[in-house]
Amino acid sequence: MKHTFAVLVENSPGVLSKVAGLFSRRGFNIESLVVSETEDSSTSRMTIVVEGDNRVLEQVGKQLNKQVDVIKVNDITNEETVERQLCLIRVSADQSTRQEVLQITEVFRCRVVDIGRKSLIVEATGDEAKMQAIIRSLWPFGIMELVRTGKVAMVRGERNKGK
Amino acid sequence: MHTGAEILVKALERENVEMVFSYPGGANLEILDYLKKSSIKTVLVRHEQGAAHEASGYARITGKPGVCLVTSGPGATNLVTGIAAASMDSIPLIAITGQVATSMVGTDAFQEVDVTGITDPITKHNYLIKDVNAVAQTVKEAFYVASAGRPGPVVLDFPRDVAKASSKIKEVASIDLRGYKPNLKGHTGQIKQVIRLLAEAKRPLILAGGGILGSESWDELRQLAESQQTPVANTLMGLSSISLDHPLALGLAGVHGLPAANLAIQRADLLVGLGTRFSDRLSCDVEGFAPNAKIIHIDVDPAEIGKNLRVDIPLVGDLKIVLNQILEKLEPVQHQEWLAEIAQLKAVKAPACRAEGLSPITVMESLAKVLPAQAIVTTDVGQHQLWAAQRLSHRRPRGFISSGGLGAMGYGIPAAIGAQMACPKDLVVAVTGDGSFQMGLPELGTAKEQKLPIKILLLNNSYLGMVKQLQDFYCGQRYAAVQFTDNPDFGCLMKAYGGSHYLVTREEDLSQALADFLADPGMAVLEARVAYEENVLPMVLGGNCLSQMEGIEENL
Repeated sequence: MKHTFAVLVENSPGVLSKVAGLFSRRGFNIESLVVSETEDSSTSRMTIVVEGDNRVLEQVGKQLNKQVDVIKVNDITNEETVERQLCLIRVSADQSTRQEVLQITEVFRCRVVDIGRKSLIVEATGDEAKMQAIIRSLWPFGIMELVRTGKVAMVRGERNKGK
Repeated sequence: MHTGAEILVKALERENVEMVFSYPGGANLEILDYLKKSSIKTVLVRHEQGAAHEASGYARITGKPGVCLVTSGPGATNLVTGIAAASMDSIPLIAITGQVATSMVGTDAFQEVDVTGITDPITKHNYLIKDVNAVAQTVKEAFYVASAGRPGPVVLDFPRDVAKASSKIKEVASIDLRGYKPNLKGHTGQIKQVIRLLAEAKRPLILAGGGILGSESWDELRQLAESQQTPVANTLMGLSSISLDHPLALGLAGVHGLPAANLAIQRADLLVGLGTRFSDRLSCDVEGFAPNAKIIHIDVDPAEIGKNLRVDIPLVGDLKIVLNQILEKLEPVQHQEWLAEIAQLKAVKAPACRAEGLSPITVMESLAKVLPAQAIVTTDVGQHQLWAAQRLSHRRPRGFISSGGLGAMGYGIPAAIGAQMACPKDLVVAVTGDGSFQMGLPELGTAKEQKLPIKILLLNNSYLGMVKQLQDFYCGQRYAAVQFTDNPDFGCLMKAYGGSHYLVTREEDLSQALADFLADPGMAVLEARVAYEENVLPMVLGGNCLSQMEGIEENL
């Protein structure tokens, strides 16, 4: 099963490699990992999606916690969260198909951020399910290039800062 | 204003560092320069791996962090085995590596390696110190991290320009690491559960690991065992947490565990694991491990609980504190039936094939008889290590120093040097084999220079006996790359290093040779030419569980 960990870490050099190295050497599978500075410049937030059984997931949490540079680990899988990822899709779209592609982007509330003679770049944000749906819908037109950020997530409602 | 090197050395003094095991190079010149002016003794080693093992030997007998200092590049990479060994065995170690100047970092400069990158997987934490103003605080933090909670090695990578830069010496703040706050006190609810299970148990067993030594809780362990009339088995790392002379002590458990220890684990209805990882060398087939027992696991590192083994009652905390919490509430109990059964199991001796010629087992048993209680024993890795683990009495807490988790050959001699440096008046015996000995040889130079009277018991069978044994069991006795057909003359070697050499080839000469060897005032080797056919038994073959021991009848 896939789990999402929200991990607050020291914003220090080497912390990403420490965490990534931990995952690879312990054989944990990272589905995605996003890291960036938080509202406090001395900390960074990693959102890590991991696949594994309960035993693996328990170890992931404990091994992360053991790192001196890791301040707090939350498994937010079962919490109510807002989650987003961003996707850029270069989809082939000539005169004959352009209208149809534009309609699809409208349905999904995507933005067209670049137009070429034979292709468009579509920017989509949303959760995993929405990303899948957009990609599925644009697939028949020919997806020439696709880049995605990993998932970022935040727990809904009032919350103490993870300190 | 003071230079980074000076601030570093002053910070080491503040941590009460007595000695630094060190090898010089271009990148640690400034540090050594200030060390010479300080109250700290610089012990010049012969190979950096020796420096790390020596610091480890020092740490293991004193309980204080051992410190080694080397140069960048090869100096640092030569440390790696020693750091990994300390990491596996939870030994507090501070390894300071010189580094090329920060402006050169990342350019593949001469003698540059990515030390923090290389040591990430084998350290508790590491630091690349880039700012001279951070030196004092970082050193203090490093010592804290190395010792607090579950101990481990910490690397300080120290670029040369930082060593040369200047700063004021600042007051260092007390350590408050938001990312590292080990839980030391046991959860009271869990402690109640532990006490309830202990009261209900009919066949309880304690499995004491290295955590008892790390937390200095051997007295509490003995009290717990005595009040609950509960036998104690040891992991390799836990040996010396209870003397094997104690009536409740069962000794080594695991792949080469003593029959009583292994069988007690399999028959127990409650297993209390104290400061152990339940490693594969101990548990053998995990599914078949302690099949009848509820398992209590007490450890300061939460990540160890549930990692290798299902656990019924997890309890996180420092053993010294947790055991006292438990002892406060504990009612004494008797387990006469169980102890009678244990007594029968203890009568089952570890077998020996007793090949022609001098048996290494006889040598070890003879050593056990004459070894003073306060003696410190270090070992290398191989058959000799396990015979020592099985047969010696381990009467001095922390007095059995061996590379457990990593199993690093070449550990015994430098570890003995580190222990002897820490305890100059005590008898230190390094038990080794002809394979391991030749991996630790360079450090004989250090021992000679420091005039250390270490005693080296060399079991010479001209084979890499442990691997030979594996080939006996797993390769149909087809021996490959395990025989030394032309070993050096160890007598001449000792002469070169200014030590004495005693040779014994017959059992009848053994006790005299041992007496002469132990009474020798200086460095000495007792070379026992022993039969190579002897194997370490019992042995649990891969995939088997602890009750299936080669050399021991099943269903005892």
